[in-house]
Amino acid sequence: MEAMKETVEESLREMRDTFASGRTRSLKWRKRQITAIYEMVKDNEDKLCSVLFQDLGKHSTEAFRDELGHVLRSATVAINCLDKWAVPKQSNLPLLFFPAKGKVISEPYGTVLVLSSWNFPISLSLDPLIGAIAAGNTVLLKSSELSPNASAFLAKTIPAYLDNKAIKVIEGGPDVATILLQHQWDKIFFTGSPKIGRIIMAAAAQHLTPVTLELGGKCPTIVDYPTISKNIKSVVKRITGGKWGSCSGQACISVDYVLIEKSFASSLIDMLKPTIRSFFGENPKESGCLSRIVSKQHVQRLSRLLNDPRVRASIVYGGSIDEENLYVEPTILLDPPLDSEIMNEEIFGPILPIITVRDIQDSIGIIKSKAKPLAIYAFTNDENLKTRILSETSSGSVTFNDVMIQYMCDALPFGGVGESGIGRYHGKYSFDCFSHEKAIMEGSLAMDLEARYPPWNSFKLSFIRLAFSEAYFKLLLLMLGLKRSK
Amino acid sequence: MAAAKKVFGAAEASDLVNELRRSFDDGVTRGYDWRITQLKKLLVICDNHEHEIVEALRDDLGKPELESSVFEVALLRNSCKLALKQLKNWMAPDKAKTSLTTFPASAEIVSEPLGVVLVISAWNYPFLLSIDPVIGAISAGNAVVLKPSELAPASSALLAKLLEQYLDPSAVRVVEGNVNETTLLLDQKWDKIFYTGSSKIGRVIMTAAAKHLTPVVLELGGKSPVVVDSNTDLKVTVRRIIAGKWGCNNGQACVSPDYILTTKEFAPKLIDAMKHELETFYGKKPMDSKDMSRIVNSNHFDRLSKLLEEKEVSDKIVYGGDKDRENLKIAPTILLDVPLDSLIMSEEIFGPLLPIITLNNLEESFDVIHSRPKPLAAYLFTHNQKLKERFAMTVSAGGIVVNDIAVHLALHTLPFGGVGESGMGAYHGKFSFDAFSHKKAVLYRSLFGDAPVRYPPYSRGKLRLLKALVDSNIFNIFKVLLGLS
Repeated sequence: MEAMKETVEESLREMRDTFASGRTRSLKWRKRQITAIYEMVKDNEDKLCSVLFQDLGKHSTEAFRDELGHVLRSATVAINCLDKWAVPKQSNLPLLFFPAKGKVISEPYGTVLVLSSWNFPISLSLDPLIGAIAAGNTVLLKSSELSPNASAFLAKTIPAYLDNKAIKVIEGGPDVATILLQHQWDKIFFTGSPKIGRIIMAAAAQHLTPVTLELGGKCPTIVDYPTISKNIKSVVKRITGGKWGSCSGQACISVDYVLIEKSFASSLIDMLKPTIRSFFGENPKESGCLSRIVSKQHVQRLSRLLNDPRVRASIVYGGSIDEENLYVEPTILLDPPLDSEIMNEEIFGPILPIITVRDIQDSIGIIKSKAKPLAIYAFTNDENLKTRILSETSSGSVTFNDVMIQYMCDALPFGGVGESGIGRYHGKYSFDCFSHEKAIMEGSLAMDLEARYPPWNSFKLSFIRLAFSEAYFKLLLLMLGLKRSK
Repeated sequence: MAAAKKVFGAAEASDLVNELRRSFDDGVTRGYDWRITQLKKLLVICDNHEHEIVEALRDDLGKPELESSVFEVALLRNSCKLALKQLKNWMAPDKAKTSLTTFPASAEIVSEPLGVVLVISAWNYPFLLSIDPVIGAISAGNAVVLKPSELAPASSALLAKLLEQYLDPSAVRVVEGNVNETTLLLDQKWDKIFYTGSSKIGRVIMTAAAKHLTPVVLELGGKSPVVVDSNTDLKVTVRRIIAGKWGCNNGQACVSPDYILTTKEFAPKLIDAMKHELETFYGKKPMDSKDMSRIVNSNHFDRLSKLLEEKEVSDKIVYGGDKDRENLKIAPTILLDVPLDSLIMSEEIFGPLLPIITLNNLEESFDVIHSRPKPLAAYLFTHNQKLKERFAMTVSAGGIVVNDIAVHLALHTLPFGGVGESGMGAYHGKFSFDAFSHKKAVLYRSLFGDAPVRYPPYSRGKLRLLKALVDSNIFNIFKVLLGLS
């Protein structure tokens, strides 16, 4: 550990020196680095798909769609937009301050720490990295030990493509993270669980380090059956894809549970079953299209959730577990008790509870009784229900009539609220996430107002009062002696 | 008439938050009308109670009437009026630009209140630093608890009285008290905490907030340097520095010019000019001048005395240095070339002492500033355009002001906040509304248009298609995924 501590300290010193040298301020440098990330992904596509398959059993199409394609796009947007993003924003100043000028410039924080996660180990590492570099920071990335092949790839390949005095990778688990958190960073970006998010923020507090925490939650999916029954096929496909098609439910924005009126539940289930089969075949374990559970611990965790006899009794599809092969079958539950563990913690796995309500409006109450999630999904054409969802619930985001896809829209900020996180990124929000917005005001030495300075008298007081309320005409009268000072 | 002090214990703290949460959940604070009504009442407080506010500030800080009227009441009045005028705009959703990647879809960003928020204020501008954040909290539709500083007790009591009298008690409350009450409040779960004060306590606040994953705005402080170039208008420069230092709560302000950096060559001219203007402003006996606040209390008086008494510092006084502990007064004091590692150059002064550090050339000022924690503000006086640009680009601080002092906090179009040790987050104007809002992303998608390539089973054909699309045009892939080609 002493060796690790020294490595960290040396890395920090080098990154700080690099930042102080001013090299990372150049837009050309930033674009070159981001282009290098793009090239790294393009050149190593097969290898990347291979490590993602090794770590998570991800099919190469899923790997491309969810991770590689996303990074390529993120890099492209950053390269194309960086010049625009870096332009200072001019501010209009009130007439009183004429001819003063005001603007806001985005400046890099300095040396930042990115702590990535295991479920999308490539995109959750490279996407924040792109943001940090775009904003002109030096950055240390710690990849997750639970995705060891992806982590090793990043540790080996990033130094070959990027400026390694400015961008570094460190591998390891909680003990490495602890050492990292003992040091002072100018910003920390963390993706992971709320439990660890608290630890990160408390550590950051010791150094007054600002944080962005991308956490999770139970993302509910409301299915307002009658208003979307015409398109029910699309709805079911989207839910199936959104639950099992992306890392087998192990995503922060996965469909966690469904809310539907009691009378329609069986219709939904009757359509989910064949859809699952059409996606993953009769034996999903062999399909090659369903990701594995990341580790035995997580399989055991999911197993425990199902072991509650009341939950087990609610299984209407699937339920089998093969710990050895890190496999949990796509499973559907019908009305597990609301106080069961599975309905009170983020599932992060291929188990889908369907919770029935008497009236679809009641789903709002259930959502409100839980912590604010990262996303709320609602399949409905009822404008009233949409309005109620928007105004009465709170979540990182709301998506109507689809799932997961908000992730791809980089015009939208991606981040949580409450238990689901602090801060946001994607697109320009990534650039902003890693920037300090510095206000700059330039006054003129030429025009000086006596009224600004002591000794105070009633004239000066009146003058300043009027100036502040921007009562310019009255101010003029005062100065011309046509208005009495109070 | 003093009411018996109510007990405020853990139970009261918890009940308070629960009550406000119930109000919030009932939707009391969400509507435009409620917010406007509260803001209008705050404006009435500014208009009808200015005299009492000025008196309270005189009691607590010996603050001159002009400073109270201008830097507290007038600024607040403007802040209310701006919010009243702009609230509809601020509350309207922002349409997000959707690109090919999400078509057919429309997207917007909706501002929603965070819920129940805590504003912890400071003693030096007790009205401004209490009500300005509260204006932000209310505009954004939150329920809010204000904890004013006990070091300005008359102001704290007046704030409690006025807010109770005018605002909706089901959603806006004041808790008076000291560190005990603050600690009890910090144990509760808030949806945002807004703190103005020292970096030391900022750490305590953020640590408490971490327990509940509560986002924070920390408006802290630091040593705001003033770089003075010989190529400047000396008289204007000196008057602005003096007004910005001693004319703003006698140096007890977070953006007070803390110390000056200038060349060895220019320093004598600068000091002479300062002495001259100080006498113009405050007379030959500044201790008798009514135009400066006093030191807030004996703790701070002793702290400042200690800074002056340090060996190698006490002999560097070139102007002032007089102290009157009974009346809590310290004369405007200028020091020349104290050691860089002295106490007075290591902590935020927050008082009427102004060290001047001389350098061989102005270039060195960048190194001096860079070697210290990032301040809330950094100032430069010069005509030199290149120097201005370099300063703005390379000095990291909450905000930079060229050729003036402190005025930037009156500008609602500029975000006001720190970086590093001087804080995180920003407010003023719309930035206040944003500070207390959650910007919720909303995506409206159509149920039409679905591409098989989106779903398993993933055939080789599908992957080939995806890859071919990527090679041709990165954007086409998303069109395909969304069933558009």
